Amino acid sequence: MRLKGKVHKFGDDINTDEIIPARYLITSDPEELAKHCMEDADPNFVKKVKKGDIIVGGENFGCGSSREHAPIAIKAAGVSCVIARSFARIFYRNSINIGLPIFTSRKAAEHLKSGDIAEVDASKGRIRKAKQKKVYDSEVFPKFITEIIRSGGLMKYAKKKK
Amino acid sequence: MGHTITEKILLSHAIGVKKIAPGDFIRAKIDICLGNDITSPIAIKEFRQLGRKKVFNQKRVMLVPDHFLPAKDMRSANQAHILKEFAEEFGITNYFELGEMGIEHALLPERGLIMPGDLMIGADSHTCTHGALGAFATGMGSTDLAYAMAFGECWLKVPETIKLLFTGKPRKWVGGKDLILHAIADLGVSGALYKSLEITGETIENLSMDDRFSMCNMAIEAGAKNGIIAPDKTTERYIKAAVKKYKPSRKTYKMIRSDKDAVYADVREYNISKLEPVVAAPHLPSNGKGVSEFKNIKVDQVVFGSCTNGRISDLKQAASVLKNKKVNPNTRLIVIPATQAIYMEAVKEGYAEIFVRSGGVFCTPSCGPCLGGHLGILHDGEVSVATTNRNFVGRMGHPKSFIYLANPAIAAASAVKGMIAHPSDL
Repeated sequence: MRLKGKVHKFGDDINTDEIIPARYLITSDPEELAKHCMEDADPNFVKKVKKGDIIVGGENFGCGSSREHAPIAIKAAGVSCVIARSFARIFYRNSINIGLPIFTSRKAAEHLKSGDIAEVDASKGRIRKAKQKKVYDSEVFPKFITEIIRSGGLMKYAKKKK
Repeated sequence: MGHTITEKILLSHAIGVKKIAPGDFIRAKIDICLGNDITSPIAIKEFRQLGRKKVFNQKRVMLVPDHFLPAKDMRSANQAHILKEFAEEFGITNYFELGEMGIEHALLPERGLIMPGDLMIGADSHTCTHGALGAFATGMGSTDLAYAMAFGECWLKVPETIKLLFTGKPRKWVGGKDLILHAIADLGVSGALYKSLEITGETIENLSMDDRFSMCNMAIEAGAKNGIIAPDKTTERYIKAAVKKYKPSRKTYKMIRSDKDAVYADVREYNISKLEPVVAAPHLPSNGKGVSEFKNIKVDQVVFGSCTNGRISDLKQAASVLKNKKVNPNTRLIVIPATQAIYMEAVKEGYAEIFVRSGGVFCTPSCGPCLGGHLGILHDGEVSVATTNRNFVGRMGHPKSFIYLANPAIAAASAVKGMIAHPSDL
């Protein structure tokens, strides 16, 4: 699977209160949550984001609360994947569980800037800036996590296995 | 080679393997899974889509609608209804309707529902609180909860452990909250990322259960997978009292400790004998500094409560500072006991009267303002001191509001002075 989109760059420690503030946790509808995606980190994000775009974060992306509404909002806003230097652990597993592609790559997160067009070979986890040769590798997932992602999320994986 | 307490608990629950090491991915049987009114609706929807007729164990799925109840608006009422309907349909024993409801991470230990040696997952990041009982308890998302409700298991990566060793006797007004804020200031908000935080030392052995809960509660604020304190006589006294009062279905537990030759990724030693109360400035829980470094910070609102410091000893400490004093006329004081039992005890002991007579308000148990839900949202530019656990941008309301995290004594003194203060300033 190949992902391609414009980069929206964020800093370190982007937390789940910024990604989807609690005032919106009165619903679990993805389309509603999408309207407020990243609102307290960048109130204009929802106006700028286009389907396929890519969020690039720094260290500890998605820290704070366990709210699955955070990756749900990001996915429903049309973001194709999130690349970060490192992910907070609950956000990491929530993203895998709902089928939002995430890639841990220090070098890609460092070199990609807002406005760049990035391309990701999702099955190999290889990232590059469009029209450039340099490729950045991302951390490899263990086998069974790859199976969960390939199934489209944990519950789809569960339906197949159990 | 020895194992840490976290590794031992995970091994005893691991499916299909006879030994484990940090870095391994395992399937693990869970003893308890937990959800609240904002995380359970998604889990329930996912669970229903599987088409199963039962949850894995009706006594081990805990549903606590503590975030936006009493229902703060129609949509919150709808979310609460989804829990109630599910609990009735699937015979969930431990569903806590309003009246029984309390803040989940105070309520479940109070009721004797979590045991030393348990493996617990919760769709709430502060599930790590229960590590204070010598259980492995970790926060996860709604889909993980759905999977656990269906199959009684979860997938986990075995974490390395960082040992925190606390020595020295705490000074007056210094408690668990200060110790953990001190450690988080040292580690940073991702310093314990993917790791288990094992909290040890003579200081800890002399801490009350309430202080231990405060400490394990904030393990997540350093990015940890779990926080844990090995169970001892203090833990057993607490468990036995809870079991005697509430008669839960389980009475047995496992007293597990780390081996002397357990391997740690890192050991941090803190001698806290000279530590003053710690206040974490906006906008990260790792911005902890001694309270004496905060001068002339005017405070609009003080909140007591949350799964961090909403327990009876927290209210007792606050009441001892506020007794016969008046809250500053420019400062709002909001006190939210974590459970109905704590509420009743606060009334009986006279703390509630102290809070109201001082000019504050005394509310029903709820997570309320901690996450910017209800019962005390901050306006543009307002400053709050809170005994809660997070001070991110917009956490308690307006994105341009400011939250200082502190212990109950500091919060109480700040309410009286109208600015960040220490009880000795009064």
